Amino acid sequence: MSLSSPLRAVLGAGAARSGVHHWWLQRLTSLALVPLTIWFVVSLVALPALDHATVSAWLAQSWTALLLILLLLIGAWHSQLGLQVIIEDYVHGAGAKWLLLVLTRFAHVLIAAAAVFAVLKVTLRGAA
Amino acid sequence: MPSRPLSPHLSVYKFKYTLTTSILNRLTGVALSFALLLLSYWLMSVAGGTLAQQRAQRLLALPLMKCIYGALLFAFCYHLCAGIRHLVWDSGHGLERAQSRRSAWLIVIASVLMTLALGHALLHAGHTP
Repeated sequence: MSLSSPLRAVLGAGAARSGVHHWWLQRLTSLALVPLTIWFVVSLVALPALDHATVSAWLAQSWTALLLILLLLIGAWHSQLGLQVIIEDYVHGAGAKWLLLVLTRFAHVLIAAAAVFAVLKVTLRGAA
Repeated sequence: MPSRPLSPHLSVYKFKYTLTTSILNRLTGVALSFALLLLSYWLMSVAGGTLAQQRAQRLLALPLMKCIYGALLFAFCYHLCAGIRHLVWDSGHGLERAQSRRSAWLIVIASVLMTLALGHALLHAGHTP
């Protein structure tokens, strides 16, 4: 079943000018986050300790690093999409809305980049 | 602009399960954005070496933080259950009123049980920071 109207198919966009793009991305990221977040929480519970040596050794494993980077990137993406909708719904001033939307995007890119960099730093140190 | 009525008119709604499950999904989503920030801080402290992590650990092990971890754990469990409920809805299933009321109770009970089980496991792992 297609949820798109014939008009959208012709114009390539709905009333929001971007069609279902945002909605679809939010669903796709949420689908990916179901296994990733469950893996992360279960792994965290299964770790024998949370001291530097144990956590570094855990992060040094390729699978851990790969899955954690995916979790961070997709998680930040999903978080940005969600906060965007909340800001669009509840912040009414055009200027404040614009500013908050831009700041949220910048903050998410910064946090995701910093966290991924941190994981890579630990992983590659372990590999070297 | 201020003279015009602006949505959402939260005060005009009666307390309903639809409203509660929906707003709780948003609130837990915001809480999880904060969890992402905490996770990034923790990972950066690990990357910063033993001393940096010990310094961060002092902040992360504060008694106040334990309450925050408990709340974040519930936020995770609820947002996961509610998110799966949304995905089922998006596939065109479970949209009847009776089904939706049943799934509302289901996600609330499931997320509380999940929080208790995971919280128990975390406490027994003995490494809650």
